Formats: sequence, structure tokens, C-alpha cells
Amino acid sequence: MAQPQIDLSPPVSDEVRKTTCYMCACRCGINVHMKGGKVAYIEGNRDHPINKGVLCAKGSAGIMQHNAPSRLRKPLLRVGPRGSGEFREIEWDEALDIAVSWLKPLRETAPEKLAFFTGRDQSQSFTGWWAQAFGTPNFAAHGGFCSVNMATAGIYTMGGAFWEFGTADWDRAKLFILFGVAEDHDSNPIKIGIGKLKARGAKVIGVNPVRSGYNAVADDWVGITPGTDGLLILSIVHCLMKAGKIDLDYLSRWTNAPVLVNGDPASDEHGLFLRDADGKPLVIDRHTGKLAAFDAPGIYPDLTGHLRRAGVTHRSVMHHMAARYLSDEYAPETVADRTGLPAARIRTLAAEIARVAFDEAIEIAQPWTDFRSERHETMVGRPVAFHAMRGISAHSNGFQTARALHMLQILLGAVESPGSFRFKPPYPKPAEAHPRPHFTATPGQPLDGPHLGYPLGPENLALDNGKPIRIDKAFTWENPLSAHGLMHMVISNAHAGDPYRIDTLFLYMANMAWNSSMNTASVMKMLTDTDERGDYVIPRIIYSDAYSSEMVAYADLVLPDTTYLERHDCISLLDRPICEPDAMADAIRWPVVEPDRDVRGFQSVLLDLGARLGLPGMVDEDGAPKYADYADYMVRHERKPGVGPLSGWRGNGDEHGRGAPNPAQLDRYIANGGFFAAHVPDEARFFKPWNKAYQDWAVTMGLLDKPSPYLFQLYVEPLRRFQLAAEGKGDLQPPEHLRERIRQQLDPLPLWYAPLSDEGSEGFPVHALTQRPMAMYHSWGTQNAWLRQIHGKNPLYMPTKWWDRLGLKDGDWVRVTSPHGSITVPAAHMAALNEDTVWTWNAIGKRKGAWALDKGAPEATQGFLLNHVIHELLPPKGDGLRWSNSDPVTGQAAWFDLRVRLEKTDAPTESQPAFDAIRSPVGQGPKDLRWSSKT
Amino acid sequence: MTSLPASTERKLGLVIDLDTCVGCHACVVSCKGWNTENYGAPLSDQDPYGADPTGTFLNRVHSYEVQPETGPAQLFHFPKSCLHCEDAPCVTVCPTGASYKRAEDGIVLVNESACIGCGLCAWACPYGARELDAAEGVMKKCTLCVDRIYNDNLPEEDRLPACVRTCPAGARHFGDLGDPDSDVSRLVVERGGFDLMPEQGTKPVNKYLPPRPKDGWEGQVDVLAPFLAPVAEEPKGFLGWLDRALGALPGGDRP
Repeated sequence: MAQPQIDLSPPVSDEVRKTTCYMCACRCGINVHMKGGKVAYIEGNRDHPINKGVLCAKGSAGIMQHNAPSRLRKPLLRVGPRGSGEFREIEWDEALDIAVSWLKPLRETAPEKLAFFTGRDQSQSFTGWWAQAFGTPNFAAHGGFCSVNMATAGIYTMGGAFWEFGTADWDRAKLFILFGVAEDHDSNPIKIGIGKLKARGAKVIGVNPVRSGYNAVADDWVGITPGTDGLLILSIVHCLMKAGKIDLDYLSRWTNAPVLVNGDPASDEHGLFLRDADGKPLVIDRHTGKLAAFDAPGIYPDLTGHLRRAGVTHRSVMHHMAARYLSDEYAPETVADRTGLPAARIRTLAAEIARVAFDEAIEIAQPWTDFRSERHETMVGRPVAFHAMRGISAHSNGFQTARALHMLQILLGAVESPGSFRFKPPYPKPAEAHPRPHFTATPGQPLDGPHLGYPLGPENLALDNGKPIRIDKAFTWENPLSAHGLMHMVISNAHAGDPYRIDTLFLYMANMAWNSSMNTASVMKMLTDTDERGDYVIPRIIYSDAYSSEMVAYADLVLPDTTYLERHDCISLLDRPICEPDAMADAIRWPVVEPDRDVRGFQSVLLDLGARLGLPGMVDEDGAPKYADYADYMVRHERKPGVGPLSGWRGNGDEHGRGAPNPAQLDRYIANGGFFAAHVPDEARFFKPWNKAYQDWAVTMGLLDKPSPYLFQLYVEPLRRFQLAAEGKGDLQPPEHLRERIRQQLDPLPLWYAPLSDEGSEGFPVHALTQRPMAMYHSWGTQNAWLRQIHGKNPLYMPTKWWDRLGLKDGDWVRVTSPHGSITVPAAHMAALNEDTVWTWNAIGKRKGAWALDKGAPEATQGFLLNHVIHELLPPKGDGLRWSNSDPVTGQAAWFDLRVRLEKTDAPTESQPAFDAIRSPVGQGPKDLRWSSKT
Repeated sequence: MTSLPASTERKLGLVIDLDTCVGCHACVVSCKGWNTENYGAPLSDQDPYGADPTGTFLNRVHSYEVQPETGPAQLFHFPKSCLHCEDAPCVTVCPTGASYKRAEDGIVLVNESACIGCGLCAWACPYGARELDAAEGVMKKCTLCVDRIYNDNLPEEDRLPACVRTCPAGARHFGDLGDPDSDVSRLVVERGGFDLMPEQGTKPVNKYLPPRPKDGWEGQVDVLAPFLAPVAEEPKGFLGWLDRALGALPGGDRP
């Protein structure tokens, strides 16, 4: 039989439209192939700085998100009780009139009674600007329950952190060490990076209680006990310091290790830096033996520096580090039991780091000049790269653990040197270069500045006579450096009226009635609770989402958003950029198709609402709307003269970074594939915080206002200022019940302490974690017909020890009990686990009736959330106080501190707790799917 | 019964690196997206939003745990699609000639217009690499993106199977395994690439690269120990060492 003739060159598409993915927060470039006006196929954009052509499972499944039956269709007004899902469809004008009628009186009388929080929003510089114009102090995005520990520890320590701030030098690293679960952020760049390491034969070590995902391909797996990463890191630091395997030249020149610390216990500045008259920290110059400002030209700061003055010795930071980390408290033998790792394992890890950093150092023949005007002929690199994200961050000791990891990197000279960790513009940018928090609300007026910032001491706290000003109690003694706010406390605090009651809760893209809240069942109750008059305790809830999520049912007014292929967005250097170490870059989304429903992009709606409320910046002199829509804002808005949301093709189209608004800017972005990138000059590519060429380039490009070189802060002075207050110094004093904890935990040098909820967790011997699958993103994946076939169930994965101890077999169920509550869930065996750790996939479990799924969907009947057994507060300690289940420095939600006990149980008909179905505002998806643009 | 070509001019196939595959399923979904829109009938889904969603996929990733005699358990991700065997039993079993192996490049395809959906080929395939589409009633399988790799409408760099183009970790490679000088053939030699289930006698064209040895740290304990030889035991001794070490640095000598 003759072989059939087939068409080997069929037409692929009519047109390719290049925009930015939004199937997760990674923001890859995508080529959207269009056929007959419909989206036919989505692939990665080869030119894009983030993904360089590749695309993950989520991105490739974008068609199924764009066409999901769960898409909202029209504005909704609640007609049944909250939580029932009973709505009436209304027109946009009615919806906006209602919103104005609720918000206008608040702005005129008590702007703080609006709490506006956004979830996985990528337009925070815009939403924050709107909230500032409204005048409420109560704004933040979701960082508080995500990875604020990582971000904040990085900013305070070295002026940047992982992911959006910087990345491993994948092209040069010879050893890569990954701490904790990291599959959830920067997904394609890390996979590309691991691929590069593997292709070069570089070594990958995974430190994680769970050997899945990236840890599965690691050459060595370190199955640590959850919450003890900081102890392991400090033990490595102990070993390296004791062996002298630290980069002395790097520490002398680029860090505050040589800076002198006030050693006078009687002084009000005890523990703060000695400074000159200009406020510059002082060091001893090895050449002269004399005091010098840290940045004086020609000096060589002395790591061993000390100064005897008026009977008091002031010693360098390095002295303090030696005193702490050489202590046997951090010896491998001391920490072995606690971390669950043999001492020899810890030593070998430290030794391997030392070997690669110092015996395999690399050198690039690229001269450069530092901020002290000294010229260097080459760039010397320590090819050891680290990465970490949620895994170490989501603990109540996460801030200090992330600090410890950065200290380890810095001791090795492995930040901003070739082969190590590299910042992405606009980082590096130290805490001092960021704003302070602003929170002063005045009726009818905008807030006095941006909400979120980096406090430098107690004077920056958001307190009014000791009372929290913000509804989430951010920037208070409970969590002074809460730079991303505490979204996970908003509903709980608003319900408790602590610190006060609010009127309207306005949420965007945050599934707070389900997987984004701790203590989910109670949160649902808080949202539906009524007071003695029968009114809801949280009187009004406005919610915007593109999809029929669980949260929709709890809103009074629903503003339906578009899908990511139907909207304008800017991925801006003003908030969460997409830069790479060698390029500053930003990007747009644009409507590659128009919505076929009566929905509007949320940012355009917010501008419309702002104009209707007459908010400053959103109306012109006549009170007419200043911006037609978000696209118009992206082009014409200027945050300061010449600097707007988008940096490319400004002015007449030839100016980048700075320049007048260019009406043709979006066309240029579209013509360039949806993004802009400007390359960092060769001389400026490494040592950016101290590199004159980088600092000058950053000023030219609008990233900095003036050259701002700084030292890495091994010793973080702002932490010491809080500690000093806790010791009784200064006018601003913490409440008594927090004094001891601040004294201990806001230590200016990294330390480790047990997760706060360990106290009282006797009888709960097992650690319980979640991970996000690489093929799913939060709650979004489940509505996706293709992705839910990959991850439609989430059993509790159990290690051999507990599987055997409970006598479990396939198909068995377990009851999981924490100090807060119980769930009953399907179990599965997994051997590649820390022996006392169980885990499950995050956010697979769904509420019946949500996401346009059948009520019998496995996500609703067998899926489950660990959230039910995690409380936003610690168990009562008998002191009458509410202690938040958060990091005491930043307020980050301590998801991964969870401890449980396990029992075998009879299989229930479905996972417990089970909840009534909510009524779907969009019906249910079809029984069969033969997706094709041809049909 | 359908006959196989005596030989093929080229042996196009995939080389999949099990040392690098992180199990992200990017290849699975990219394949679904391309092939639902291109060669033959769309890849349908049944009960896609319901209690038992099932659909047609040409490529799936399975995960397996291995417990070595010493050292901790390991997890491997194993992507699996048609291996375009030289002695493809799925072809010879086909009663209508719908299944065939292309003489020019060795790609095994199903001519959907001749397929009666009897399922014999899926039964004959020892790898479980074929799936009968429930909506269309025809057999679906990996085409090696035959409508991409020669497609003049695509830029040359994109004339690759969708799964290879999208793989974020670069764990999938495409080329002519019949040419010993091709990049893929060299990779197979360098990394000890192997056939899946060779005992089946199917002579698969696709190859897998084995995971590198893991968890060898215990053998390194003594080798690496000298790197941690202490310079001092106490803070005071450490600072003395520090001062001497700084004195030896180009910039750090005292005048």
C-alpha cells in the first residue's frame, strides 16, 4: 500500500500577536497564534528576556483559561445572603454608581474605613497610587502571606533578594544550592537555569524535606527538618569562618563587616554604628590605622578594626560575628539532631561550598572602577549560587533564616560576583533608597505618601499613641518591618474590630474565602457574621475577579475582570519588573482578542471609579476623567518628570528610561513583541552596588536619581534600633508583652530560633507542608480542562515511617489534627521525604459550586486544603492576648510552621470538612470538549 | 496486516534526558495544544469540568520513586510518547493500513481516514503510547510534529516538535538518530543513552539519557575534610588569623 500523502507545510496561523503570559506570576513572553480571529495556539516568545522561547504547562494551557466556562460575564449584585452565590446581573453604570455611593462618603469622612487589598495583582504601583489618592492607609498586596520575609531580608541585607530582584548566575555557577520549595516563583527561568547547569555538569544540591520537582533532579538531596534551614546555614557559616574560608577582600571592601559598632552599654546609641558628622558609618583604614568614612577614596577598611575611646572599646561588625558564629552553639554536632542531618553531612556540605568558592574561583578580564575610585583589572567570581523562596520564607523564623542565607552568600563573596548571585535592575537598591511607610489619613485628601516602605527605626512605625493605624497592624511592634502589609490579617482584624471596624472591604484577585486564607472555615464565617442589629460585621464587600472563584460568593458587588488575553497591563519597572542581570526590561499586555462578555479590565475600572470619585491625578482641572482607560494611563502617567509606567521608546521614540510620554509608545512595544529591553554595559555587569559604571548607567536610565553606592549590611542597624528600644532606650517604647521577643528576635545579626508555634505543639510530632505543582498556579489551574487532568487530586503524601506506623495501605484515609483543628483526607505513600514530614499540593481542593465545576469534581470531594488546620493566630497562651501566627519581624504568614498528628480513619464519603455547594453565577462547564479554532 | 519499510532514510526521534527532566508537564500541554489544532482531529476531553475528566494526550509524564540499597529514596520524572520504533508492532498489527511508518524519516503515523478505531495497535504497543480519541473514534499518537518539522510557514528555528521547543529545562532533544554524527547521536554516546524495554524487540528510535549518580556525599567526607581545617578555635585566635591574612592581601598590608 502506498504511503499517504500528507501536507507537511500546513498554514500555522493567520497572525501571531505577542503579549505577556498571566498563567502565573512569572510573566513570560508569549506568541499567540490567531486563526479566524480566534486564539489557536500559544507558545513562548524566543526573544523575550524571561523565558527565551520556552513555556511551561500553565502557559501552554492558556487557551483553556481564556475559554474557561468559569469566566464571569457581567457585573453582579448580591441578592441572597452572603456566601449563597445568589446574584442579579447589573449594568456597569449601576455597578459603578453603587461603588461610588459606598466609597464617596467614606473618603469624605473616614477614608481608613475602606480597606483595599489586592492579591496576585501585577499592577501594584498603580493600585497603590489609586489607594493613596483615595486616602486610606489600608492598602497592600498579597506579599504578607507570600514571601515578604525573603524580599525584606534581602532588601535590608543586600539591597535585593531572589526572583524579581536577582538570580543565580546560571551561565557560570559550578555549584547551585536550592533551599526549600521554589517551583512556585520564577518558574521558567529556574528551569532554564537548571537545564544550563545540568548541560555543563555543574552540581545541584537540594535542601528540602520533600524530594520532588527540582529536588528530584538534584545530585544531592538534604532532607532537612522543616523550619531549621537557618540553623543549618549558621552551622555552615560556623564551619567556614572557623576554617577561614571567607572572602576577606570582599568583606573588607563591600560590606559593613569592618564598620565600627558603638560598644558603650550606657550610650543611647549602643550597638549602632559609629558615624562621622555627615552620618557616614566609620571604619578603621588599614593603611593609616585611623578612622575614616566607609566610602573615603583610597582607604582599605580593616575587618579587625577597633577603637578605644573614653574607656570604651568599639569593635567592628566582624568582631561581633566571630563572637557569635564561632560558638559551639552552631557546631554541626550541636545542630545535627535539631536539623535532622548528620554532622558529617553538614561538614561535607560546608567543605564543598568552600572548595568550589575558593579553589574553583573564576575571573573575567573586564576592568572596572569602584565607588572609592579604585580601578580593578578583572572581575573575580565565586561560582557558588543559591536560591530560596517560600520554603524558608513561610516560617515564623523566615526573616532571620533568609538573612542568614544572604550572610552566607556575602561571606563567600558570592553576591554580584561572576558565577554567583546577580541583581536584576532596578536592583540593587538598599532599604534607605526605598520610601518609608506612609499612613496619615485626612478626610477628603490623599494619603501623605506611598503606603508601603522600609522602616529604619521605631519612628517609622504606623502607630497613633501606640495604637495600630492600619487595619492589618502592619508596621507595628508586632511586626515592625512588614513591608508588604499583612493581607492575611485583614478579615480577622476587621471582624474583631481590632484596631477598629471598617465599612468596605475591596479585594482584587485574592481568593480570601478559600485557599488564600488561613483558617478558611472561620474566615467564611467572619465574612457572613452579623451584629446585634442583623447587619454584616464587615458591612460591604466589593470584589473583582475574572473567574467564578470561591470569594465571589462572599461579595456584595462583583466587578468582572477580563482574561489576560483581553486586557492592557504593564509589567513596570515601578513595581515588579521582568529584568535580567544583563538587561533592564519591562513589558505590556494588550488585548489580542476583545472580550465576548460584558467585562472590563480591572485597572480601567479603577480609573473610572477614581474619576467618578474625583480622586486627584485621575481628573483634570474641570473634573473630567484624565485617562480614557488603563492603556492611556500606561502611556501618559508620569510618576516623576520623564519617568512613567513604561521605560521604552519615550519622548519621540528614541529615548529610553527617561523621556516625555510618547503617544505611539504601545505600538512600539507591540512591534517589538510586547516588551522593551536595554542591555547593561559590559563594565557595569557585576559588582553593581559599588560599580561606578553601573551606578552612572542606572541614573541615565531613570533607575536611580543619583549614584547611590552602599555596603552590604551583614549587621542591620534598623533591627538594632528596635532592639535598643526593647532594651528601654529612646522615647518610643514597645508594649511590655513584646519587649522580650523584640530584644531576642530583632537581632541585628542573623540568628535561629525555633518556629514560634513549636511552643505548645507537644503531641503534634509531624510537620505538614504544601507545595505548588509546576503545572498549576494557586486556585487558577483547576478551572482549566487540561491542567486539572494533570493535578485533579491532592493526597496527603506520607513518609515511610508514618505510613508503616499507622499501618496504612493504598486508598486509606487519615485524620490530620493540629492544635487548631482536624481534616480527614486521602493518604499516599512517598519514601523520598524527611521522616517526620507530610505534604500535599497547594490549592487543588475546591469548594463545590465554584470554578464552574461539577459538584462531584474530585477537587471538591477528595481534594482538600491544609488551610483549615492553620490558624492566623497562635493558640491562646493564657495571657489574654492575640498572638499572630506570623514572623515577628515582617508579619509573614507562617504557613510552614504547621505541626500535626495523624490517625488512620475509615474512609468518609468525601474529604472533611465538607461545605455546602455555593450557587454558581456562571453555570457549569460542558460535558465534552473538542477545542479547536476550526470549530 | 500492514508492513513496515525495510529501512528508512533517516531515523527521526527524541532523546529525553532523565537527569534533567523536572517533571513540569510543559511538553505534555504544549503537545496537546499543537496537536489539538493541527494534524488530524482535535484531541478531545470528556467530562472536562466534571467528576472524572479524561482526555486524549499524545505525551504524558509519569513519576516513579526508586529506593536504592543505600542512600535516600529518589524520584524520577519519565515523559513518555511514541518511540517511533523500527520494528513497530503497532504498524504490523493494523488491519487497514492506517498505521504506517514513513520510509523517508521513520515517523510512525496514523492515517485517520483509514483508521477504524479497532484499538489493536494500542494493544500491540508495549509502551502504552497510543490513545483512542473518544469523541472522534480514531487512534491518536505522537506525530513527532510532522506538520512542524518540515513546515515552510514556520521560521527554521521553530521546525521542531512542540514538546522540544517548549521544554524549559532543555531535557528534550530532536534529531536523526540514524546519523551517528548528529548532535542527538553524539549525546546518546556521551551520556550512555538507552532503549526503553529493549527486550520487547521493538528497536525504539527514541532514546533516554539515564540520571547521573546521586547522593554520593559520603564518599566525599574524607576528600573534602581538609577544606575545613580550622585556622583558630576561639574568636580571639580567629581575629589574629584574620589580621595576618589581611596583611597578606594586596590591598590589606599595613604600611
